[in-house]
Amino acid sequence: MKPSAYPAIGLVIIAALGFSCVEAQAYTAYVSNEKGNSITIVDLDKMAVTGTVPVGERPRGITLSHDKKQLFICTSDADHIEVLDLETLKVVNILPSGPDPELFTLSPDGSRLYVANEDNNMVTVLDVKQGVVASEIPVGTEPEGMGVSPDGKLLVNTSETTSMAHFIDTANNQLIDSVLVDTRPRFAQFTPDGKEVWVSSEVGGTVAVIDAASRKILQKISFAVPGIRKETIQPVGIAITNDGKTAFVALGPANRIAVIDVASRSVEKYLLVGQRVWELAFTPDEKFLVSANGESNDISVIDVAERKVVKSITVGELPWGVAIR
Amino acid sequence: MLMVRPGGWHSLRPIVAGWGIPVALKAVAQGILAAAILVGAMQGIRADTQPLNVAIGYLTEALPEPAPLSLVEVVATDKGLAGIKLAIEDNQTTGRFLHQTYELKQASVPAGGDLKAGLDDLISQGAKLIIADLTADRLLQLADLPEAKDVLIFNIRAEDDRLRISDCRPNVFNVAPSYAMKADALAQYLAVKKWTRWVLISGKNDPDKAFAAAMERAGKRFGGKIVEERVYAFDAGSRRSDTGQQQVNKQMIDLTQRLPDYDVLVVSDESEVFGEYLPYRLWDPRPVVGTQGLVPTAWHRSQEQWGGMQLQHRFELQSHRWMLERDYSGWVAARAIGESVTRTGKADPADMHQYMVSDAFTLGAFKGQGLSFRKWDQQLRQPIVLASPLMLVSVSPQEGFLHQRTPLDTLGYDEPESSCHLNQ
Repeated sequence: MKPSAYPAIGLVIIAALGFSCVEAQAYTAYVSNEKGNSITIVDLDKMAVTGTVPVGERPRGITLSHDKKQLFICTSDADHIEVLDLETLKVVNILPSGPDPELFTLSPDGSRLYVANEDNNMVTVLDVKQGVVASEIPVGTEPEGMGVSPDGKLLVNTSETTSMAHFIDTANNQLIDSVLVDTRPRFAQFTPDGKEVWVSSEVGGTVAVIDAASRKILQKISFAVPGIRKETIQPVGIAITNDGKTAFVALGPANRIAVIDVASRSVEKYLLVGQRVWELAFTPDEKFLVSANGESNDISVIDVAERKVVKSITVGELPWGVAIR
Repeated sequence: MLMVRPGGWHSLRPIVAGWGIPVALKAVAQGILAAAILVGAMQGIRADTQPLNVAIGYLTEALPEPAPLSLVEVVATDKGLAGIKLAIEDNQTTGRFLHQTYELKQASVPAGGDLKAGLDDLISQGAKLIIADLTADRLLQLADLPEAKDVLIFNIRAEDDRLRISDCRPNVFNVAPSYAMKADALAQYLAVKKWTRWVLISGKNDPDKAFAAAMERAGKRFGGKIVEERVYAFDAGSRRSDTGQQQVNKQMIDLTQRLPDYDVLVVSDESEVFGEYLPYRLWDPRPVVGTQGLVPTAWHRSQEQWGGMQLQHRFELQSHRWMLERDYSGWVAARAIGESVTRTGKADPADMHQYMVSDAFTLGAFKGQGLSFRKWDQQLRQPIVLASPLMLVSVSPQEGFLHQRTPLDTLGYDEPESSCHLNQ
């Protein structure tokens, strides 16, 4: 062994020590299991499941409260939102949501939950503190994706059968515009600068990049994975790094996540993950991205910098949503 | 048991309860709701779209349809039409944002009655997009009328293969799957299971023979061997009888005795007069597939995949019964019209025809992938559900059955097998 190898080993030790320091405040992923009627808790430091909490029927969209002490859960078939206390792991509150809540987003100030009610063509605005419905906004058929701008002023909802992205002014909860996108839009995600909204179309197989100010489609990003049939490429979950440079798009039954350069809107890489990959979430430090893989009952952990899948962890039945604190 | 997602019928309760409140109050509430929707619509519409009203016609013939053999099955008098009504509601929701409205115009002719009068009636009400709930012969009579030259007809009922291989018409789109598509869907699954020795028992009516012929063809394509074929020539009785089951048992045993070794019994009883009697009554312990038992179908009440529950639930709220296969085809036909109008801003039959056969047309219809029309015969490409009475079992095309265009074209007659060459 050459002497120069020693400093390298030392570095590894330092890195390991550094890693163990982080361990004290390890990140935890919460995964909703649509068919398992539960939330799986995953310690992302140990990369292991540490618990499973039974919740109401058909949990899908999940999101953390502003203080990260609670988890809001769309329990779709229970027709309400459950609030899970993350210390005691007990459901401490039940919020009204309108029928069949599927997905929601929390306003940046944490005061409001915007809920997509798949069954009645409405977006419900929920006052989190009061636990009451503040407003209902009629949108297209089967509302699904929900995205809110970083300044909280603009809300975007997608409606699956109508195939539109609806832009809503959150000051007065009025619809200001509706943009036709490709078939069955599932997810809406603002870029961190708030200038663009990325909308994935599951059946259409594209991601529409919409200018938030003019509501014009700037580009439709399409995907091609060698050896994978076109119709299995079904974009769903979208996650964009805080620096606004890289987007990750889950491609559903293509079992891939596309890595996209935001500036050029070009796909740089496809990562092989579990089956029917659905929602995505970053760790707060953005070191890792976690995907919920419905058909294979697992999550994939992706090293964001390396753009590599580093671990698969089995969770509950039909994992759907992910939230990480 | 009802198969709505848990809580499904519970959400009906507020509506039912609402019937108890005074009518005036209800009207006020509805008025407020309508106003709220109107405000939303006015706020959200694109300024660059022209107002457009789309009249969708529904034409049927008052043919008596036998009730299902099983008392458990629903007896629907608005099969097909109920699906169209739901799709028109869905289209309206989208139309609100685009200045587009949709209207349903209906015409029904008596059995053997004058189709021209029905068509004239619809055309006079502005409907040139006609959803036809007719048998094959009558569909062709309608399509060949001089008055039908400039209308588009959407076939939601006739599954006859000849409409896809020899009797195609440029003004007819086939939304209902063909017998061949269904038979192929079933045969692929049987091939995957390696249940390749079939006994085929069919009824004596023409549709029974047609599906049986499709199963014979599917057997040749996907490696199923028909080891024996029998015809059930018994005349159907009434659906109910107090002591009928003993006699039925004996009849089914007689029908299935002394057969060579086989894996599955394939029944072709489109007329629904005896097929439902077969499961558990065969001489040999074998599963029943075909028109009863494990069935290939465009839609099934247990189909909850790919958001299907949303459609099932909306339908049940509207119609207070299950969505049947013809309802689904009706929904798809009216949604295909709506999708074309949404995307092109046009409702003229010629424009719509052009768009529907183009590569741009893709319809989301709760089948896990976009649906489109085959150019040469204007048949809707779609996955076919295989379902037992209470459960979705599989969806065809099965994994591994490949086609150079799309795996969906492994179902039914492919372009080289058809003498239809539309849109060339």
